[in-house]
Amino acid sequence: MRSAVIRFGGSNCDQDVAYVVGEVCGADVDLVWYKDGLRRSYDAIILPGGFSYGDYLRAGAIAARTPVMKDIIRAAANGALILGICNGAQIAAESGLVPGIFTTNAYPKFLCRPALLRVENTTSPFTRLYRQGEIVSIPIAHKEGRYIAPPGDISRLEADNRIAFRFCDENGDVNTNVNLNGSSGNITGILSEQENVLVMMPHPERAAEEILGSTDGKKIFDSMIAYTEES
Amino acid sequence: MKFDLIITIRLKEGMLNPEAEAIRHAIAHLGFPTEKLVTADQFTITIEAENKAAAEEIGISLCEKLLANPVIHTYEIEVR
Repeated sequence: MRSAVIRFGGSNCDQDVAYVVGEVCGADVDLVWYKDGLRRSYDAIILPGGFSYGDYLRAGAIAARTPVMKDIIRAAANGALILGICNGAQIAAESGLVPGIFTTNAYPKFLCRPALLRVENTTSPFTRLYRQGEIVSIPIAHKEGRYIAPPGDISRLEADNRIAFRFCDENGDVNTNVNLNGSSGNITGILSEQENVLVMMPHPERAAEEILGSTDGKKIFDSMIAYTEES
Repeated sequence: MKFDLIITIRLKEGMLNPEAEAIRHAIAHLGFPTEKLVTADQFTITIEAENKAAAEEIGISLCEKLLANPVIHTYEIEVR
């Protein structure tokens, strides 16, 4: 898999995700400064976590209007895999790659903790190595991670099986008590219509080695690599 | 001609606004309980335009392309 991790002013998880993709999972990875644009074609493009432009205006809003995002939207239309993690998810949502928006947590404080997620989709290039309904532990770290979208968009996401992850309890039950940030329907991972874009608030790169306490996030990168090698 | 666009962005009616709630609680702690508190972001943007109508068009474009997200926001534009 030939992949790029895009760095914006304020990205701070770029090295972590590049390390996991390159060193832990063994794929090719370039760190790309956003002003340099996409100079070659990539199988996968990752928008990492951080605080692009200080989250001024709205989280991800300013980065979403940079020229490199036009290249990324074009790459997505051509079938490249796009993974947006945390601030990257906010940037991708602000770019219209998925419906809806991530906004201030229902209890407006920064949350940094492990989160239990139920895997809802196992057909996408990102989630194919998980089992349906599998409960995974992947940490979150955000203040603006509450996912909201108009009811029509939520219904369409559900009907099209485009919800990747929901916050759940240890039994896999999805309820308001375990809805860490107040997202609609506990949703914290969404796929695009073609399933080649995944945006998620939890940080899979922080759950990719035993020493970190969980390897549940590594399956996302391994799924992407397996998909790329097959196609 | 130069015009000032006074653009106000608000959350749509009924949208959960945790920051406004926190401020409302703080005001109540000061002894002034209130049922409703609305926050807004306001931008004053000086631009060049042929006339007032053209200036307003620029304001609408800025709101729709950048300043507001239609999922959660409404906006008002005043041209001075």
